[in-house]
Amino acid sequence: MLKRRKMWGWVFVAPQLIGLIIFALIPLVMSFGISFNEWDGIAPTMKFVGLSNYVRQFGNDDFKKSLVNTVVYSIMFIPLDLILALALALAVQKIKGKTLYRLFYFMPVVTGSVSVGVIWTWILNGDFGLLNTILAAIGIAGPKWLTDTKWVLPSIVIVSVWWNVGYNMVLLLAGLQNIPESYYEAAKIDGAGKWQIFKSITIPMLSPTLFFVLIMTMISSFQVFDQAFVMTNGGPVKASYTFVYHIYQNAFVDFKMGQACASSVILFIIILIITLIQMYGSKRWVNYDE
Amino acid sequence: MMNKKLKPFDIFVYVILSVGAVSMVVPFIWTILSSLKTMGQTFSVPPTIWPDPIVWENYPESLQALPFGRAYFNSFYIASVVVVIQLLTASMAGYAFAKLKFHGHNFMFILFLATMMVPSQVTMIPLFIIMKNLGLLGTHMSLILPAALFNAFGVFLMRQFIASLPGELEEAATIDGASVPQIFFRVILPLVKPSLAAFGIFVFLGQWNNFLYPLIFLNKTETFTVPLMLNFFKGTYATDYPLLMAGTVISILPVLVVYLFFQKQIIQGIAITGMKG
Repeated sequence: MLKRRKMWGWVFVAPQLIGLIIFALIPLVMSFGISFNEWDGIAPTMKFVGLSNYVRQFGNDDFKKSLVNTVVYSIMFIPLDLILALALALAVQKIKGKTLYRLFYFMPVVTGSVSVGVIWTWILNGDFGLLNTILAAIGIAGPKWLTDTKWVLPSIVIVSVWWNVGYNMVLLLAGLQNIPESYYEAAKIDGAGKWQIFKSITIPMLSPTLFFVLIMTMISSFQVFDQAFVMTNGGPVKASYTFVYHIYQNAFVDFKMGQACASSVILFIIILIITLIQMYGSKRWVNYDE
Repeated sequence: MMNKKLKPFDIFVYVILSVGAVSMVVPFIWTILSSLKTMGQTFSVPPTIWPDPIVWENYPESLQALPFGRAYFNSFYIASVVVVIQLLTASMAGYAFAKLKFHGHNFMFILFLATMMVPSQVTMIPLFIIMKNLGLLGTHMSLILPAALFNAFGVFLMRQFIASLPGELEEAATIDGASVPQIFFRVILPLVKPSLAAFGIFVFLGQWNNFLYPLIFLNKTETFTVPLMLNFFKGTYATDYPLLMAGTVISILPVLVVYLFFQKQIIQGIAITGMKG
C-alpha cells in the first residue's frame, strides 16, 4: 500500500519535474555554458572564450551605465514604494471605506506594463501632458520628464510606484490583520502611546510580512525593463537603459548571446547576494516566533 | 465606536488617502477622455479637459488599424490553457510533496524552491534557443509550454495548502478502497478549491500581462498578444494620441471590468498567494 503511494508520488510530480528539468535546470546550465563562448545564436558552433565575456562586460560602458541606472532607480524606488505602502496600509487599516480605498489603490496592479507605459507617456509629455498642466496651474514649470536625462529615472520611479504600491499595500494589510486585537488592547491597558504601540507591537508582529515584501520588491526592482522599454526605449542617451534592457539588447538586437548570458549570470549573482544579505540581516529584526 | 467624533488627525488621514486614491484613478480617466478627443484638442495649449465634440470614431478606427480582436483571442487562449494545465500539474506535484512522501521528495522539493531564486532573465536566452531548435519559435506553444508545465512558486503554494489538510480524510478514503488518483480528484481537489481559484487568478493575470517573453518569442502580428499589439500600435501611431489612447482603453477595459466585478476575490487571491510565499 505504502509502496503504491510512493509510486504514485513519482507519477504526480512527473509533469512539473519534467518542466523543471527542461525549462529551468537545462536553461540555467546552458546560460552558464554560453556565457563562456562567443556566439550569435545562429552559427552551428560556438567559439570558447573563457571568462572574457565577463571581463569585457566590466569594461563595457553600456554595461556600467545599465548597472548604475538600475542601482539609482532601486535606491529611489524601493524606500519610496515601501514607505508609501506601509503608510497606506496603516492608514486604511481601521477606517470606514477601507474596501473602497483598497479598490482604488489596487486598480493599477491589474493593468499590464505596456498599457501603464502608454498611459504615462502621455501624462508625462512635457508640452501637452496632464502632469505639467496641473503643475502649471499651481505655478510650477514642470520638467520635460521623459526626454530629460536628469528626470527620466525619477519619472519611471513615479510610474512604478503608481503601478506597484497597491500590491504591497494589500500584502501589508493582510499582515496587519493577522495581528491579534488582544495585543493592542493589552498595550492600551498598560498605558502605551500610539508610537510605542507601533514600535513595540505593530512593527515586530508585521516583520515577517515586511521582510517578504522588501525582498520581493528588491528583486523586481533589479529586473525593471518593461516601463523603460515602452516609455523611453532606454533613452534619452541611455539615461534609462536598465540592466535587463542591456541583456535584451545584447541578446536580441545585437545577437551577442555569450555576452548577454554573462550579463544574466551577473544579474543572478547580484540578486543572490542581495537576498542572502537580507536573510542574514533579517535575524536582527524579523520576529518569527508567535 | 459609532458616535465617536472625528478628530482633526482622522480628517487629515481621510484627505490624504482620498488625494492618493484620486491620483490612482485619474490616469485612467485621462486616458478615456483623451481617447474621445480630436487631434487638435489633444495638442491644444492650454489643454482641454472635456472632449468637445466627442469623437467616438477613434474606437472603430483603432480596432480597424490593427487586429485587436485577434490579439484578444490569442491572449485569452494562452492564459486559459496555461491556467488549466498549471493548476492541475501544480496541485498534483503539491499533493505528492505534501502527502505521498516518495523517495527523495525532500531533495526534490528543495530543488523546486531553489529555482525560485533564479531570475527569469537568466533562463530566457537558452529558452529562446531551445524553442528555436524545437521549431516552436513564433508559435503560442513556445509561451504555453514553459508557463504551463513549470511554476516552482505554484508547487510550493499548493504543497503548503494541501499539507494543512487533516490526514484523516485521506485515511478514511483509503480504508474505503479508494486509489491515490481517486483520493486526489475526489477528496483533495474539492477541499483546495479556494486556493486553486486564488492561484488561478494570479497565473491568469501574470499571463495576460506578460510582455518580455511574447516580445522575444513571437514575431508575426497575427500571433501577437494584447500587450504586444499595443506596443506595436504605439510604434506605428506614435503621434496620433487619441487613436493610441483608444487602443489603450480597448486593451485594459476587459481586465478593469472583471476587476471591478470580482475585486474582492482578486485582491484576496493575490494577498493569499503573496502571503504564503
